[in-house]
Amino acid sequence: MTAFKRINGFWLSIVLALVFFAVVQLLISGGMLNSFYINTLFFMAINIILAVSLHLIIGITGQFSIGHAGFLAVGAYASAIMTMKLQMPFALALLVGGVAAAVAGLLIGIPTLRLKGDYLAIATLGFGEIVRIILLNVEYVGGASGMTVTHLTTWPWVFFCLLMTIIVIANFTNSTHGRACISIREDEIAADSMGINTTYYKVTAFVIGSFFAGIAGGLYAHNFYIIQPTNFGFLKSFDILIFVVLGGLGSMSGAVIAAILLTVVSTFLQDYPETRMIIYSIVLILVMLYRPKGLLGTQELTSFFRLRRAVGGKQNDNKHTVA
Amino acid sequence: MTTNTPLLKADNVGIHFGGLKALSGVNIELNAGELVGLIGPNGAGKTTFFNLLTGVYEPTEGSIVLGNDKLNGLAPYQITRKGISRTFQNIRLFGELSVLDNVKVAYHSLARHSIFSSIFRLPSHFSGEKEIEEKAIEFLKIFKLESFMYEKAKNLPYGQQRRLEIARALAAHPKLLLLDEPAAGMNPQETQELMNLIAFIRERFHLTILLIEHDMPLVMGVCERIYVLDHGQLIAHGTPEEIRNNPKVIEAYLGEEIS
Repeated sequence: MTAFKRINGFWLSIVLALVFFAVVQLLISGGMLNSFYINTLFFMAINIILAVSLHLIIGITGQFSIGHAGFLAVGAYASAIMTMKLQMPFALALLVGGVAAAVAGLLIGIPTLRLKGDYLAIATLGFGEIVRIILLNVEYVGGASGMTVTHLTTWPWVFFCLLMTIIVIANFTNSTHGRACISIREDEIAADSMGINTTYYKVTAFVIGSFFAGIAGGLYAHNFYIIQPTNFGFLKSFDILIFVVLGGLGSMSGAVIAAILLTVVSTFLQDYPETRMIIYSIVLILVMLYRPKGLLGTQELTSFFRLRRAVGGKQNDNKHTVA
Repeated sequence: MTTNTPLLKADNVGIHFGGLKALSGVNIELNAGELVGLIGPNGAGKTTFFNLLTGVYEPTEGSIVLGNDKLNGLAPYQITRKGISRTFQNIRLFGELSVLDNVKVAYHSLARHSIFSSIFRLPSHFSGEKEIEEKAIEFLKIFKLESFMYEKAKNLPYGQQRRLEIARALAAHPKLLLLDEPAAGMNPQETQELMNLIAFIRERFHLTILLIEHDMPLVMGVCERIYVLDHGQLIAHGTPEEIRNNPKVIEAYLGEEIS
């Protein structure tokens, strides 16, 4: 019965998402959205993919990684090489971008995930910088002047990549495998002593997270006409980190909402270039002051609905601490 | 003592951290079904010994054998799967997870469904998750924790957290259960309940239990044999009666007599 309801809820959200997709698609093809809004929308969706993929690593598994822009860069350049140098189709390029980033995640994850907390943060920060420096010095991808890329990113691509990211990561989280990852976040020693192969799950979460960062990289690269190593510096990593922390560590809907909110804020602040960073920072400070555990804490949006239903008489629905 | 092969045999086990010898030459044998106490003053190396048994540290000398498997060098999760599980001196629950999910984590190693099937929600995911959930709920009922099922573990009262930690350790299906000061911070009534719980789980799960405890009435009351550690070495071993009257033990606890 509950399984049935859960599936129902799942299909309901899929249907709602598809309706949203169709409406936006209609607006775009009807010429009712100007390119500024379209661009903002794409940028928002790419940011959500990045936020959700990092949420899996930091919020769920508790591994403080701040080199996410490195995976974004690997995905962006790998997919750009596929389309621009090897004339491959966009779909394949996106996939290759994801896989390349996942492989990078695996290679980085195995040695660094032995580290904890601050040490892991520094190691991943180092990785991000290494990627940037390498790209800066490889002539094949244009070095510092960057690489020109055709604009191939369209609304259907952006939307379905976003949907896939959310479904995969939500499904992973809501399973025994996700619980294993959360137990590592809560107490690694106890997780170990409960028979959880902690190294395996840390690396797995890292690889899945990197894969989707790579996909986001492919979309990102083909949304602009040029990609440069400077786009992928550590400030980009911090931007993504801020989405996750501001949304509430451990809350996927929080990460999504924060990504939307901050994209909107920073887009509209582009009209005030002098005070932009000041206002942006003030927004961050205010949110953290009033919501120290992030916008949603560790809650999910859906759990608010469940709570309300529970008050209405059904008690068993409030079942999942989707942390 | 029986002549059968013991369930656990720690042979001449020791560990040193740099120049510091935390434990040396510890020989402990546990037979299946026994309830054995491990006592000693603070800093004697009791918890270190548990950490050696569970793979948190690797012994620098000696060997640890469970049944026929040598445990030296195995990772903690592998040792748990071989059949040793434990509780911790300072409770280590998964605080943000519900009581039910805490127990479900212990069932993780029994899960057959792969990450792939969970991501794509294949039928094996649903059947696997359902099996875990049913087993975990059944388990909580044995421990009378089912009314707290959806509560976050960190919100339970202290005594119930201890209970949950023991339940979680047992859900990993151990042959040998290690309890690290389960009565710490408990009042006499809670300690009594704990003694009943230990007797109950021993009966019900046919377990071997190794117990670290400072609460002497508890240790003397439930243990069949007792090992005494002091300064990283075994100084005595015997029945509670023998231990109570052993001059070395009295000296370790109370200091040397002034002559």
